[in-house]
Amino acid sequence: MGSDLPLFPVQASSIAPSVDHLVYFLLTVAVFFSVGIFFTIFYFAVRYRRRSESELPVPSEGAMTLEILWSVIPFGLTMIMFVWGASVFFTISRPPDDAQQIYVIGKQWMWKIQHMEGQREINELHIPVGQAVKLRMTSEDVIHDFFVPAFRTKADVLPGRYTTVWFKPTRPGKYHLFCSQYCGTNHYAMIGWVYVMAPQDYQAWLSGGATGSLASSGEKLFQTFACANCHHLSGAPGRGPDLPNLYGTQVELADGGNVKFDEDYIRESILNPAAKIVKGYQPIMPTFQGLVTEENVLQLIEYIKSLTPKEARPPAGAAAATSKRKSTKQ
Amino acid sequence: MITEAVQERENYLNTSHGIKSWLLTKDHKRIALLYLHTITFFFFLGGIFATLIRLELLTPKGSLVSADTYSKLFTLHGVIMVFFFLIPSIPATLGNFFLPMMIGAKDLAFPRINLLSWYLLVIGGCFAMYAMLAGGVDTGWTFYVPYSSNYSNTYVIATGLGIFIAGFSSILTGLNFIVTVHRMRAPGMTWFRLPLFVWSNYATALIQVLGTPVIAITLVLLICERTLHIGVFDPARGGDPVLFQHLFWFYSHPAVYIMVLPGLGVISELVSVFAKKPVFGYKVVAFSSVAIAVLGFLVWGHHMFVSGQSVYAGLVFSFLSYFVAIPSAIKVFNWTATLHKGSISYATPMLYAFGFIGLFTVGGLTGLFVACLGVDVHVHDTYFVIAHFHYIMVGGTIMAYLGGLHYWWPKMSGRMYPEAWAKLSALVIYLGFNLTFFPQFILGYLGMPRRYWTYPDEFQVLHVMSTAGASVLAVGYLMPLVYFMWSLRYGRIAGPNPWGATGLEWQTPSPPPAHNFEETPVVTTEAYDYAALAAMEEAKVG
Amino acid sequence: MDSYIETPELREQFETPTQQKETSTLGMWIFLVTEIMFFGGLFLAYTIYRKEFATVFGLASSTLDAAIGAANTAVLICSSFTMVLAVRAAQIGSRKALIVFLILTILLGGIFLGVKAYEWNQKFEEHHVPGPAFYLEGVPPGGQGPAQLFFSLYFTMTGLHALHMLIGEGLMLFLLWHAYARKYTPSYYTPVDIGGLYWHFVDIVWIFLFPLLYLIARHQH
Repeated sequence: MGSDLPLFPVQASSIAPSVDHLVYFLLTVAVFFSVGIFFTIFYFAVRYRRRSESELPVPSEGAMTLEILWSVIPFGLTMIMFVWGASVFFTISRPPDDAQQIYVIGKQWMWKIQHMEGQREINELHIPVGQAVKLRMTSEDVIHDFFVPAFRTKADVLPGRYTTVWFKPTRPGKYHLFCSQYCGTNHYAMIGWVYVMAPQDYQAWLSGGATGSLASSGEKLFQTFACANCHHLSGAPGRGPDLPNLYGTQVELADGGNVKFDEDYIRESILNPAAKIVKGYQPIMPTFQGLVTEENVLQLIEYIKSLTPKEARPPAGAAAATSKRKSTKQ
Repeated sequence: MITEAVQERENYLNTSHGIKSWLLTKDHKRIALLYLHTITFFFFLGGIFATLIRLELLTPKGSLVSADTYSKLFTLHGVIMVFFFLIPSIPATLGNFFLPMMIGAKDLAFPRINLLSWYLLVIGGCFAMYAMLAGGVDTGWTFYVPYSSNYSNTYVIATGLGIFIAGFSSILTGLNFIVTVHRMRAPGMTWFRLPLFVWSNYATALIQVLGTPVIAITLVLLICERTLHIGVFDPARGGDPVLFQHLFWFYSHPAVYIMVLPGLGVISELVSVFAKKPVFGYKVVAFSSVAIAVLGFLVWGHHMFVSGQSVYAGLVFSFLSYFVAIPSAIKVFNWTATLHKGSISYATPMLYAFGFIGLFTVGGLTGLFVACLGVDVHVHDTYFVIAHFHYIMVGGTIMAYLGGLHYWWPKMSGRMYPEAWAKLSALVIYLGFNLTFFPQFILGYLGMPRRYWTYPDEFQVLHVMSTAGASVLAVGYLMPLVYFMWSLRYGRIAGPNPWGATGLEWQTPSPPPAHNFEETPVVTTEAYDYAALAAMEEAKVG
Repeated sequence: MDSYIETPELREQFETPTQQKETSTLGMWIFLVTEIMFFGGLFLAYTIYRKEFATVFGLASSTLDAAIGAANTAVLICSSFTMVLAVRAAQIGSRKALIVFLILTILLGGIFLGVKAYEWNQKFEEHHVPGPAFYLEGVPPGGQGPAQLFFSLYFTMTGLHALHMLIGEGLMLFLLWHAYARKYTPSYYTPVDIGGLYWHFVDIVWIFLFPLLYLIARHQH
């Protein structure tokens, strides 16, 4: 229901029906109260219209019971709205473990999309139906927002950190993609399409023109920048921590705290290495800010991730789908 | 009953002449009229921007102006309407004029600061006009960084300074009102005998005083970021662009209550007079104004559900946002109950009150949608939000303002406005308003984003409906401009109390004398005591 | 128009001098509340970034001379003391004492501002002013950005405070002029009273600023 009403966008994701059902409830309450108040006032205005200038109505004694009733009942209704809304919001905010990651970079005024397999797209996102997808997004300049009305979800895209939005498309088709945080002159033009395809069609699309997976590009960068000089991959002790088998684990820091070895931490270590130093190591890693682009960072992250076999990684449920504040604590 | 001779009687309008006597006045009533002229100017200026926006949006592709110009149009529409029209509107005109009279005072506590407030609004407005004429500003009225700090090539600083200065106008008005209500009430005017209009202006003043300084410092930081690159919002230095949003909305959410609370106070007055009954549940309604002011400070994060703030912050803000809805709902129920067994007149102010209650209810109920986390993710930054706040600000505040203006016009000017024309324009405004903004709810849910110069073809029908409504609305607003001015010369002379209202301001001649009261009133009756009023009238006649 | 003559001692809108004094005082208190909210935004930003960048902020803070800062704090506290004495003098009608104490307050405020100017100049010479020439020694790589953030906040907060001090000096000069012109009597000295309130407020802001900016890294060294 709802998918053919011209008042609602198509329901094309797993969460869309939940959002629409919530809206039906809100609409019902809203219509009930609007109509109720409208007709009550209309009725009173007619029934008690002034018939002579000298009539003097008897003041009503304020009734505490009535006041309490019409405070508590609406409050109860709003609490239902809150709890129901919060529950839908939890689902919207938490990508499932099996969500496939795709990187998105927003910049004035286009969306650059990077599939793990290496496919790149501009202003278009091709995804297979029935597969949950998690977008890790960052901006090169100002704040943008990735919005797909048919999926009923959006998230701001910020410079300097990653944010996430996820959806599981349920219906093949072509859906609007809008930037929905004003970002300058061509904000209205920072739009595109999400193509949801049948799985075989998606495979076919994927195999046309991939230029190497993200991880393999990352491996090339790792060599270009000679990271292995300090981060020996062989297990021999080096000036920097050993990177294999670290992804997803908690790492102890020199200042006594610890941090999860995740995409945010890897990115921070590349761009601002002094922020968090692993225990037992010196703060000597140089920064690569300005030497690597955001795409390069993504490629390096994927390569470093690939050094930890999937089975060895702790469950992704702990990974915050809503962005942790990327802290550069010392 | 009232003869032409009354017009020769000394009152605040004719007690002195010449431009100096107006520009250097200390009389709160004259200052109210100075404000009336200023905000009317800004209203129509903001309205021109709205007209251009709606005309541009008739077609899916750009047709009237360039994309850059369009960005400037919606920015200036927001800046002018929020900071230079809505925030001052009711408090600076009707509040300034009537708050002292309602409490039995000769003037506000600080008349010269009151005049300063007006000058600050005008000076701030000059900065904004300069920005507009020199090339405009294109950041949106919300000025989000990094766009406004590092990327926009428009007059952000001039506009920011204009808002900063206007903010001090607002702070000083609030300060003046708070001190006045505490210290200048006539003997016998206890807190719980105050008209509800005073309560709501008092609650508004609390917000003005506590909230506005925060946007002031936010603008200072923005200007420093833009000129000196201090880095406080710049990720490259370790700064956080979302911090700007927290600081901005910490004021700008309570600001919406600055804009609507005085309107709620006007409606309480109108419903009481035109039903000839005290407002049902006086104390509850009085406290609900203060509750809205307090709770309004706790919900700013509901503008930021998708900003990257944590899920848990979202939960807290959503929960509290539902809380703040309840006092407003209580008011609507109490007004409705006031009508029960009342003696209801259909005079124009009452028509505006009816319109207000309907539209404010719709606006408030749609607030429940945006407060709902699961729904807001979808409708955030779409036309749904635009429709929601215009229902409250235009369907609510502006209707209350017009209702109050019509109600108090005889007192301020000594003349009646033409009733038939006024009723007609109220109807035109009501219909035009709904046609303009109801389709925007649908547009928003369908996914039409805010601040878009062009849009997909399938949205055109709804946009055309909205623009059609806007043209009707424009006619509706022009009508009072014309007939109010007409009434100053040709309107029927009004007596002291054409509506049969309680309240000290109606115990004076129309227009009132410069010092409000011949001698300080002593209050012995409760608020809205129509029986006492009737007895007093009888005693006079008999 | 009645023939009421308005004087500063009793303005038209008031019934009694007591009402006027209480009203003016309440007005000044509310104004000071708005100032708290105004400074509050800066304190919030500082607190957030202090927590984010604890080490770098500590390093940056330790380049401020806490001894000079402490001495300056003492100067300002003394000026509040002389202000209190000025109000007292007005209360009992000692015009000479009032004038002396106002002059002392102004002088002490001037010393404070002079020392502040010296400190700012020091920062300029040490290349601690945010901008292309900025460099803070001893900071880990990548920390120059947050270090600049510290100094941005330092200059903004102490700058805003200094601006309020300047306005305060202006107020004091105005009070001095009127005191000299015999405007204040034991039954009317409200401007001195509320001028004092403003002065004390600016003092209190500094008492928060000083430890936050100068003393946060004391224990680290």
